[in-house]
Amino acid sequence: MTDMNTTATIASDAFVLDPADREAILEERAHYPYPQAASIEALKIVQKRHGHVPDGAIPAIAETLGIRVADVEGVATFYSLIFRQPVGRHVILICDSSSCFLTDYEELRDAFIEHLGIQMGQTTADGRFTLLPVCCLGACDRGPAILIGEDLHGPVKPAEIPQLLEGYL
Amino acid sequence: MSRILQPASERHAETHPLTWRLHDDESPVLYDEYRATQGYDAVIKALEKFTPESLTDEVKAANLRGRGGAGFSAGMKWSLTMKGEGVPRGYIVCNADEMEPGTFKDRLLMEQQPHLLIEGMILAGYANRARQGYIFLRGEYHLAAASIQCALREARANGWLGPDVGGSGYDFDIALHTGAGRYICGEETALINSLEGKRANPRAKPPFPGQSGAWGLPTVVNNVETLCNVPGIINHGVDWFQGFSGGQSTDGGSKLYGVSGKVKQPGLWELPMGTTGREILERAGGMRDGLTLKSWLPGGGSTGFLLPEHLELALDFDTIGKAGSRMGTGLLTVVADNQSMVSLTRNLEEFFARESCGWCTPCRDGLPWSVKLLRALEAGEGESGDIELLEQMARDLGPGKTFCAHAPGAAMPLASAIHYFRDEFERGITRPRGEAHADPIPVGSV
Repeated sequence: MTDMNTTATIASDAFVLDPADREAILEERAHYPYPQAASIEALKIVQKRHGHVPDGAIPAIAETLGIRVADVEGVATFYSLIFRQPVGRHVILICDSSSCFLTDYEELRDAFIEHLGIQMGQTTADGRFTLLPVCCLGACDRGPAILIGEDLHGPVKPAEIPQLLEGYL
Repeated sequence: MSRILQPASERHAETHPLTWRLHDDESPVLYDEYRATQGYDAVIKALEKFTPESLTDEVKAANLRGRGGAGFSAGMKWSLTMKGEGVPRGYIVCNADEMEPGTFKDRLLMEQQPHLLIEGMILAGYANRARQGYIFLRGEYHLAAASIQCALREARANGWLGPDVGGSGYDFDIALHTGAGRYICGEETALINSLEGKRANPRAKPPFPGQSGAWGLPTVVNNVETLCNVPGIINHGVDWFQGFSGGQSTDGGSKLYGVSGKVKQPGLWELPMGTTGREILERAGGMRDGLTLKSWLPGGGSTGFLLPEHLELALDFDTIGKAGSRMGTGLLTVVADNQSMVSLTRNLEEFFARESCGWCTPCRDGLPWSVKLLRALEAGEGESGDIELLEQMARDLGPGKTFCAHAPGAAMPLASAIHYFRDEFERGITRPRGEAHADPIPVGSV
């Protein structure tokens, strides 16, 4: 196989997999007949601790699961909720699908952009918030809906944004 | 945090088999209460009185059609799954990747009554001789994940999962697998790839998952609501299920219908299959004051637009199919008279363009191109020929041109919006057709 499959050629940012995370990844591995199946969960475990998945985590996960680095990199670049760059302490996912579109999500999105002074995909300078779009949150009866961290909110009115964000320091 | 808008006093075991146990305060139905209200009775009955084959026949006879949107007979799917002497035991996978725009029904079932899903999966597992079940849950459903994990622990502790289910000698367990985004994971073969820890590209079919699915073994993929219907069929019988609609539909059972958009009271209702769109919309209180209905999607972003006159139709798979759309998930998305069909179609195609996995050229390149044309029309900068080009694209994105149903799903709202509201699209054309015309734009830029 190519050099991509060896850990030695991947530029490492001196990432060290937390022992508790390594344990959690191995526990996930036990749920499946093959270790590759735990790779997405492994990325989520690392992301939960670091906020995002640093490049150095990819070979560390590959080594822990005994799978190829390229396979971990492949899924780490496919799934939209795996963040490969640092994000804010709180990620705000704004639903942009049809039901929220029809209940004025665009106004809400523009209000977030104005309130936070960042564009979609950006993080505030203080590292507090990141704004991202997300496909249908399955909260169409509460549109426009957003997810902040693990908290679902909706319907959210633009005027409610300042108060809503006070709870996220 | 979905809500069923029928009060508990109106919901009963035989009339609301999916929701009769749900609490008005939206708190989850835990194990003790579930077991005390006929919960897991269907598992006991099935293990005592049915073989895997006769259980499959029962579900087939009930004509339980897939509630994920395609409407394929669940019993037929089970009967086409390889099993028996010499065939390795495979998997039951619950498709809980609810991401279809406008759909919020499975969330309700998983957050508030996870044991019903587990019971349905045990029955499906038994019928298909599965070794293991997986619930593929979208990553954003945090409350549902907690609820399911709690219920799995309870079910295991009470002997419904594990080496000897219900004391029958049948062994079966279920694991929760949570996703990390991407709508395409809801396509059943993409879901299997994702479950295996791969990129969620669909697979070529055949072989179908029933022959070679997860890790090469026979695999049944069923939607949450589909599986939640199975215990009722076993408890109350095929005749009960088929007679549920009282003749208003050839499809059996109840359906979790819903409405979103600018209505007075958006929400969910469990009603007999074949309830009309009119009645469902009335339950939502009709349009908000000052608005009238212009159009509606019967069941998600990948279904075709219909007109107010179609509200009189029974909302079931065949009737809505004959009207040129699809029932899909059966949750209406309503469009008000002051909302632009061009803008809404642009929003839908942006969604499909972004969520394309990129495997097939018509989908990967065609969808961003349609977005570019729609944006021009929306801005009043369309060129003559744009509408015909969009129509051609809708045909070229249709069934059979790509490996999965993502592009055909995107083509349905596009073609139907132009069909019914062509004048709105025509108003966006202000220029003659130029030399350099709407070149495809790179993936990722929409």
